[in-house]
Amino acid sequence: MIIKNMIRENVYKFPPSGIRKYFDLINEMQDVISLGIGEPDFVTPWNVREAGIYSLEKGHTHYSSNAGYIELRREISSFVDRKYDLSYNPKDEILVTVGGSEGIDIAIRALAGPGDEVVIPEPSFVAYKGCTAFTGATPVTINLRNEDEFKLTPELLEGAITEKTKVVILPFPNNPTGAVMSREELAKIVEVLKDKDIFVISDEIYSELSYGGKHVSIASFPEMKDKTLVINGFSKAFAMTGWRLGYACGHKDLISQMNKIHQYAIMCAPTTSQLAAIEALKSCDDDVEEMVKEYNRRRRVLVNGFRSIGLDCFEPKGAFYVFPSIKSTGLSSEEFCERLLKEQQVLVIPGNAFGDCGEGFIRACYASSMENINEAINRIGKFLEGLCINS
Amino acid sequence: MEELLEVLEKNSRLSAKEIGIMLGRSEEEVQDAIKKYEDDNTIAGYTTLVNWERTGKEAVTALIEVKVTPQRGEGFDKVAERIYRFPEVKSCYLMSGGFDLTVIVEGKTMKEVALFVAEKLAPLEAVLSTATHFVLKKYKDKGTIFEEKPKDDREAIFI
Repeated sequence: MIIKNMIRENVYKFPPSGIRKYFDLINEMQDVISLGIGEPDFVTPWNVREAGIYSLEKGHTHYSSNAGYIELRREISSFVDRKYDLSYNPKDEILVTVGGSEGIDIAIRALAGPGDEVVIPEPSFVAYKGCTAFTGATPVTINLRNEDEFKLTPELLEGAITEKTKVVILPFPNNPTGAVMSREELAKIVEVLKDKDIFVISDEIYSELSYGGKHVSIASFPEMKDKTLVINGFSKAFAMTGWRLGYACGHKDLISQMNKIHQYAIMCAPTTSQLAAIEALKSCDDDVEEMVKEYNRRRRVLVNGFRSIGLDCFEPKGAFYVFPSIKSTGLSSEEFCERLLKEQQVLVIPGNAFGDCGEGFIRACYASSMENINEAINRIGKFLEGLCINS
Repeated sequence: MEELLEVLEKNSRLSAKEIGIMLGRSEEEVQDAIKKYEDDNTIAGYTTLVNWERTGKEAVTALIEVKVTPQRGEGFDKVAERIYRFPEVKSCYLMSGGFDLTVIVEGKTMKEVALFVAEKLAPLEAVLSTATHFVLKKYKDKGTIFEEKPKDDREAIFI
């Protein structure tokens, strides 16, 4: 009996995440500064944690309704309205999920299957491709370009769409590049999509972390509202990664089908997290603003740092990542990251972990203390000097 | 440049150059703004937050509730000034509610603080009564939790 022959091919053949080897390396090392993390360094605001504790004290340890507590859905509805001018009915257009990730997974499962194509701009979060491949649908990737500051252009999108296209993923603000799409840039994308029967899954998990102006959702274009599913959550905005809580907003006919999958696969999102999240939406605007200000300062320090040691990088306007080019070193992304880790104990993620077109870049996360960021830049500077001397 | 003040309030040791990078301003702009704030006393000074309990130094802090008689034409301000001029007084606030002034006093020993209250504060003509509360332990001061050194326990890699 060969076990692997018993496992579905499109699961078995899908490559594992390319960064596994760093886990092993890092475990043997000391004094490592990691800019390889993809989550806030802030702890969830105390009033939110306190609300979670209180809910446990009161014994709220049961299931909620499948779609999530209605009070939470009402707060989500009012939040996306006041923040992004999006109007969704809490009754049947909002689904509370286990992180944004679950929303992505069940949305793709609801919309695409064998024979269908899902368009995925890259570099981007690794889950889109995986979730697509597991359904049996075909991921069609778009190689975003440094010269466009890694924004999606209508030409690139047009080139990827075929008759089989069912879904376009719109991953902005973007992990790993930090790119955002302005209203004008989105308008051009809308022109391409407005007359087509293609769903947009707009992953806006980093929406609150926008530094160049207010985040714009493609769902705020009336012609796109019905065929856009907005994915968002609490992890990034409220520093709540470990609570695993997200939400999806969209047309009721899609939400009800996603809820069916959700109901059978998950039942409901964790109750404690949901009750804490109500508090987050009700009273954390100031905390979020403080965190965003601090990220913004670190962002400037890290961008300035990379430029000062000779690594070219465009100014990212969202999320908490900087995506500098390391092509001038002549190293591949993986060589760069491995040697940097071994020689200077700084961890960054190779750009190609987020798609082939990320080759020649690295992702550095500034959700880390200012001291760490400065020290990391120092060490990367030394590493680059070492490269020059050796070559 | 109000954000400049927020940054400095958290860490006054940052250089103008460092702050400039954080805020997307030039070093000169930051220097000028700091100078302006210092001149008009918006920045009233720079201090270090010390957790004295970790040192051998003897120190006690007391919070004193003071009831006073306001003075004709000058209200509470003149009385408060008579009190906050004493170097032992570290903070002094005018309060609403059951008493008038909160006076925070530091001294080497409880006796020293008690003497200050008995000999300097209570005998003042405008002071009607005092109630002295000694601080037993400082958990948090000026937004900083003393016992807690923040630790980063996140997984080193996550995409």
